Amino acid sequence: MSPRARTALEPSLTQQEQLRNFCIIAHIDHGKSTLADRMLQLTGIVNDRQMRDQYLDRMDIERERGITIKSQAVRLPWELENKTFALNMIDTPGHVDFTYEVSRSLAACEGAVLLVDAAQGIEAQTLANLYLAMENDLEIIPVLNKIDLPAAQPEKYAEELANLIGGDPADCLRVSGKTGDGVAELLDRIVERVPAPSGNPDAPARAMIFDSVYDSYRGVVTYVRMIDGRLSPREQIQMMSTRAVHELLEIGVISPEPTVTKGLAAGEVGYLITGVKDVRQSKVGDTVTTKSKPATEALKGYSEPNPMVYSGIYPIDGSDYPNLREALDKLRLSDASLVYEPETSAALGFGFRCGFLGLLHLEIITERLEREFNLSLIATAPSVVYEVTREDNTEFTVTNPSEFPEGKIKSVKEPIVKATILSPKDYVGTIMELCQSRRGTMIDMQYLGEDRVQLRYQLPLAEIVFDFFDQLKSKTQGYASLDYEDDGYLPGDLVKVDLLLQGEKVDAFSSIVHRDKAYAQGTRITGKLRELIPRQQFEVPIQAAIGSRIIARESIRAIRKDVLAKCYGGDISRKRKLLEKQKEGKKRMKMVGRVEVPQEAFIAALSSDESSKSEKKK
Amino acid sequence: MGSALPLGLAWPESNLIPPLFGTESSFHVYVHIPFCEVRCGYCDFNTYTAKEIGSVSQEDFHRAIIAEIEWSAKILSKSGYPARSISTLFFGGGTPSLFSGNQLKAIMDALQENFSFESDAEVTLEANPESTTPGYLEELHSVGINRLSMGVQSFDPSVLKTLERVHRPELVAPLVTAAKDLGLATSVDLIYGAPKETMESWKETLGQAIELGTGHVSAYSLIVEPGTKLARQIKSGELPETDDDLDADKHKLADSMLSDAGLSWYEVSNWGEPSRHNQAYWRSSDWWGYGPGAHSHVSGNRFWNLKHPLTYQQAVASKAPVAGIEHIDSRTRLEEKLMLELRTKEGVATSLLDSLQISDKAIDDFVERDLLQRDGNVVSVTAKGRLFVDRTVLDLLTI
Repeated sequence: MSPRARTALEPSLTQQEQLRNFCIIAHIDHGKSTLADRMLQLTGIVNDRQMRDQYLDRMDIERERGITIKSQAVRLPWELENKTFALNMIDTPGHVDFTYEVSRSLAACEGAVLLVDAAQGIEAQTLANLYLAMENDLEIIPVLNKIDLPAAQPEKYAEELANLIGGDPADCLRVSGKTGDGVAELLDRIVERVPAPSGNPDAPARAMIFDSVYDSYRGVVTYVRMIDGRLSPREQIQMMSTRAVHELLEIGVISPEPTVTKGLAAGEVGYLITGVKDVRQSKVGDTVTTKSKPATEALKGYSEPNPMVYSGIYPIDGSDYPNLREALDKLRLSDASLVYEPETSAALGFGFRCGFLGLLHLEIITERLEREFNLSLIATAPSVVYEVTREDNTEFTVTNPSEFPEGKIKSVKEPIVKATILSPKDYVGTIMELCQSRRGTMIDMQYLGEDRVQLRYQLPLAEIVFDFFDQLKSKTQGYASLDYEDDGYLPGDLVKVDLLLQGEKVDAFSSIVHRDKAYAQGTRITGKLRELIPRQQFEVPIQAAIGSRIIARESIRAIRKDVLAKCYGGDISRKRKLLEKQKEGKKRMKMVGRVEVPQEAFIAALSSDESSKSEKKK
Repeated sequence: MGSALPLGLAWPESNLIPPLFGTESSFHVYVHIPFCEVRCGYCDFNTYTAKEIGSVSQEDFHRAIIAEIEWSAKILSKSGYPARSISTLFFGGGTPSLFSGNQLKAIMDALQENFSFESDAEVTLEANPESTTPGYLEELHSVGINRLSMGVQSFDPSVLKTLERVHRPELVAPLVTAAKDLGLATSVDLIYGAPKETMESWKETLGQAIELGTGHVSAYSLIVEPGTKLARQIKSGELPETDDDLDADKHKLADSMLSDAGLSWYEVSNWGEPSRHNQAYWRSSDWWGYGPGAHSHVSGNRFWNLKHPLTYQQAVASKAPVAGIEHIDSRTRLEEKLMLELRTKEGVATSLLDSLQISDKAIDDFVERDLLQRDGNVVSVTAKGRLFVDRTVLDLLTI
């Protein structure tokens, strides 16, 4: 392929009329990365020899899980009707946990390509991001991808898209990221339809941070969209939220490798390097200005990351605690939304209570801790954040069930989400049943096309955190998709279920559940523990309790003998080796009072179900 | 003797096994006779029926053992051990009673020639009722065997059938009587806990064993060894699982009935006049085990022979018949002693516990739980503790 644009426009000198900033909104496997690959080739910034699949997805973990966690911005040269343009393609994260990041990426664009698989139609996630883009007044360019597939139904889904965004189904572009069909037309369409930026080039500099990535060699790399004014190398820049001043060591654009430039002008997209080592000093959503000529007003839309889900993370081997701390400290440099503080559990020892944006975030972090830092970990059951008020009006924020206050409780409030579920109409009944069983309230239901339905529910976040997504997927043969957004707090009839071994409360097994479900939860955990804890030399009663009231009980019968009948000459070496093995096995047990509890029991009893480890990606 | 041999080092080319813990120990001999007429369903011992061995002849096999005896005497002498006469000799198997009196005599003569016997040496032979006759017992007596250990297992024909033992229970009593008449000490080996064995059946077996007037009883709970026919039968559901809890009750019943009959408990599975040979194992004494798969322990050197009679026979003719050896260090020696001595009525010396850095306070805890008892400088298991020896040893070593 040969580039259509013979000369690329020089960054920092490009006029706003020649710029187009856009993002691609797509569901996970609808082919965004493949389409981006074709764009890189077609615009000539990556030649065929350099090309590799999913060029822009750098981290291993992203590539393996098919998830783009970190967005990037690529500057693409393009020519239409003898005029040269610079297109900035801003990648957006594709998961519900990262809604805030998505909103900042969208705010950096004037247009969005709505990319939908022509064989599958739109998914809940895409719909949520589409609504977000429409709220940001982005120009939407509907595109059906994978039209080369035999199962493609472009007419059907063009109709669906037209219904969603208005307009004529005929305007819907049809492309194949795989073959490259229609990609040039798409680039033309972007130039024609996406508005040019319209900032004030002469005003004090204002740049919005839409991503911030830690690089072990360069420190933090900050991705910005210039709104007003310009930034130049060696300038002193200022973060408007913290007033912190940094020296601008490097400024440039990505095309698709980092390229140093003489600056960034209004409307342009690029990166900054200041030598800071922690992404917290360069926060997504913050406004960058210059120290010499500071802007007076920050750009709108900045907010601090807010953990939705908490989990206790403990090393299986207690002596790994310092390593876990070090690993978290390192991960924190690249993840501004990861929060943690030391926590002690009577059962699990020393660990950290960690806050996450959502379940996927939790899984990614624990996976990275285990993989990149070679740690073996126990993650306790994820918990949401409860607001508890006692009768004496003292208030508590509870992120760990074992910290649920004792005494008379006046009210417990739990986080609520507004969930959007898209599904073929055949599964509506099943989905309603599931949402009902998870304490959901229906908001509305509407048909998107002749056989696809959008259901909106208000649901407690805690119910989603459990295994809702797995259940939804399995009950709909994988056809339903889910998205949710924060919808405040509501009071609920919630109680803490404790678990007692030999009458002693075991903090790591406490959970907060709705009163109606407490009995089932108690029965489930006691039953599971009865299977997982080996017989001891005494009977071990296992009880589940709300306060002092026992709601479920099991018992592990005492073992009656533990001795090998025969031990003569030939048995001695074997028996000694067995003893060595048993010593090792004993090391993997946690003593809870006098009871030896195997590590697996903590993991198994605390995880929601067998299915909880299955993929959560959407 | 179990069939799975532990891995160890190769036998040293020097053919030396210098003492690691002195040469003060008494000296004992085990002879393994690896033949059986049929293999029982629960058995994973190193034993072969005639069909399984091929070119090895049962009639000649004592020659291989004698060759090993002569070789061992040289090894011990070259390694710096003083001449020690034999305190105990045990013919085990397999089915030693398949060896003729002459074969046994040839072996004993070789032992006499190379080591000599102590005047009061205990000489035991394991016998199965079906391959033993009163005439054979006389032969045993005349070659110098003074203790007979009868593999009875059960007096309940249905249990014997489950275990695939071929003898009829009524064969036992006349043999034990004949042995006693000849002046032999007698022991009866019993197995409890076979699938489908009831408490009543076990009680009946114990009663009949006591009736015999034997001076010693071994009672083992059945261990279902992986790879045996019995294990397959249980896995396939043909036979029910064994029941550990019921076995615990059977052990208690055995203890109470045997004690009442004057046979007092002295090791996890043994009652009556102690077998001095078996005590040698539990006291970490020195012994040489001859024959295929036999284990030896000589002052901290533990080694074991090639398992198959054919490879053993070939090796003994040319080089060492040993499959592997390990050298026990001081800490391991202490742990072994704890593991073995705690099984016995004598228990362990508090000095051993001190050497293992097991505190008095730790022992108190076990005393409180009625697992251990103290008597002067000795710590031993309680009646309850007998059934938890393995667990107690593990706990003592992992405090």
